[in-house]
Amino acid sequence: MSGVMTFLTRRRGGRGWHWTDIVSWLWLLGGVVIMFGPAVWLVGSSFKTPAQLAEFPPTIMPYVSQHARVEGYDKPLTLYRVKLPDGSTKVLAEVRRIGIVAQMVDPQAPNDIVKVNIADRQPVREIGFATENYTEPFVHFDFLRYLRNSVFVTAMATLITLLTNSMAAFALSKYKFRGRDLTMLVIVGTLMVPLSVILVPLYSVVGAVGLLDSLWGVILPTVATPTGVFLLRQYMLTIPDELLDAARMDNASEWQIYWRIVLPLAAPALAVLAIFSVVWRWNDFLWPLVVLSRKELYTLQVGLNTYAGQLNVQWHYILAMTVVTMIPVVLVFVFLQRYITSGIAGTGLK
Amino acid sequence: MTAAATLKAGIGAALAAPVVWLASIVNVPLKFWQRATGTGGMAAFFLAPNMAIFGIFVLVPMIINFFYSATSGTAYFLQDRTYVGLEQYQRLLDCGNYLDTATCHEDLFWKAVHNTGLFVVVQVALMTVVSMATALILNREIVGRSFWRAVFFFPVLLSPVVTGLIWRWILQRQGLLNLIVHDLGGEPHNWLTDRFWAFTAAVSVSVWAHMGFYTLILLAGLQAIPRDLYEAAEMDGTKPARVFWRITLPLLMPNLLVVIVLALIRAVQIFDEVYVLTGGGPGTSTLYITQYIYEIGFASLLRNPGLASAASILMGLVLVVLTLVQLQVGRRGERKGARE
Repeated sequence: MSGVMTFLTRRRGGRGWHWTDIVSWLWLLGGVVIMFGPAVWLVGSSFKTPAQLAEFPPTIMPYVSQHARVEGYDKPLTLYRVKLPDGSTKVLAEVRRIGIVAQMVDPQAPNDIVKVNIADRQPVREIGFATENYTEPFVHFDFLRYLRNSVFVTAMATLITLLTNSMAAFALSKYKFRGRDLTMLVIVGTLMVPLSVILVPLYSVVGAVGLLDSLWGVILPTVATPTGVFLLRQYMLTIPDELLDAARMDNASEWQIYWRIVLPLAAPALAVLAIFSVVWRWNDFLWPLVVLSRKELYTLQVGLNTYAGQLNVQWHYILAMTVVTMIPVVLVFVFLQRYITSGIAGTGLK
Repeated sequence: MTAAATLKAGIGAALAAPVVWLASIVNVPLKFWQRATGTGGMAAFFLAPNMAIFGIFVLVPMIINFFYSATSGTAYFLQDRTYVGLEQYQRLLDCGNYLDTATCHEDLFWKAVHNTGLFVVVQVALMTVVSMATALILNREIVGRSFWRAVFFFPVLLSPVVTGLIWRWILQRQGLLNLIVHDLGGEPHNWLTDRFWAFTAAVSVSVWAHMGFYTLILLAGLQAIPRDLYEAAEMDGTKPARVFWRITLPLLMPNLLVVIVLALIRAVQIFDEVYVLTGGGPGTSTLYITQYIYEIGFASLLRNPGLASAASILMGLVLVVLTLVQLQVGRRGERKGARE
């Protein structure tokens, strides 16, 4: 243990501890709590029963009340630890409750009803997970449909983005033609026009081409990303033209050059764009919210927002669905976070 | 990274077979096209899909947005709308006193403008300070830098809806924050129904969600500062504070300015996470411009797409100005870099 401590506290140059080191470590450890804490709290809460979610103060861990089958009763009864008038405590099962008085029975002696003030009892609970929060939305809500819509939109949009952006980037980096720089300028220039600025006219254009209230209306307007074209073009500029010329000598067609030479060589940039695109499209909210009005077409984000906006929010389902919505992004974070951070540090784009 | 590599290889192999076949089929007609039109035609072919989508869904809306802002009515198709000239702009800008929303004809718009202004100033200041502090700490000689960097980056990937819901859950009456307040002996509070706290929550949650991105840019800038400058300063016995003001800050300035302008551009458009968190409330205290555009354009009963489009053009102008500033800043940074 002391070996570990000396390793962790060792500083280069053999200097001792300085107050700024302590501040730094506090900042970093506090960062872990603040950045991960809310998500962990969400996951923990998502396994709680509705009754438990309404409790204050909330418990850290999810608990499940214990039930017992008692002779003479059809349904399992909830168990309580009851403080009896003589000062002893006993585990009793609740038969029914009238106001603040509960009628309870001893599971061992099911014939005698005991009347108990509800202030004198505590439910018997142990740590347990209300997994029905996860399974029921699939049945009661259109959750499975939303999930499918989101997967479809994300997969399709990413594939089309990769194909069209890489083709455009190939033309813009490997051919000389009139208007090339202008095209590039126009593409990069639209980076400054976000969706919220063209929301109304875009809605009418999508309506005019007949894509309102369809998943393709969500997909198509987002796929020609200027960021993607820019990122891929910058990368393809580093591929030497001699390679392409050599292939032309061997009678390769331009399509083959694009497909067999440039695309494989641009794989690292394509991977970065693919990761970005998956995260972007999975997380998209404003545009699907505007373009989709039929409930069965909602994506996860829109569906979640709708359920969370209802008057009577069913938090136990919302929390579980939020966790499911978070899973793909968490997977990207765990496995591919390095590519994204290097992509951002390299281009300054998100 | 081996897990990701195997995963990638597996997916690649599974997808490759039909795609490769498709690509070889496409090659046949394309050869004819290439023979007929030369490389110029091929450039057009490669550009066509992207530019068609781009033209229809970005350029056309950008252009017709101006026409929209000059029409009135509730219809979405241009031919069903009546031309009213600059009336929508007059309506938006009709104000007795720009500092008092009650004197404005379109008071909701001005409330959104005021709210956004305050939000932008507070959020960008807080964002810059927090991400700068984090970047400086990550740039120290610490164990496991990439782990810590990832920690602060995690919320950046979350969807705004998830972010909004996570925090709504924490800030609600029976939430985690009230548990902490309760344990510290304080009085539980309905955070999101209080004007001040709803604003504070909107600012803090958006900083929480995006600071990792700006930290990354600043950290890249810090790591590009040559080590020997620091070593020379240390040999001269320069005080750390002086090193910061004389070496770190001036050399980081280009990155810092980029971060500030990017944060400004994003903050002006703030919508998703705050909308999910507060819905613009309580009242209109966290209603920002994008939500105004969305509600007037689509959601409200008094919907008026022309007005929404005029408001979006005004916001677009602000963004264009900010972007031009950014380009200017970026260029100056480059020139400075070239001189050194």
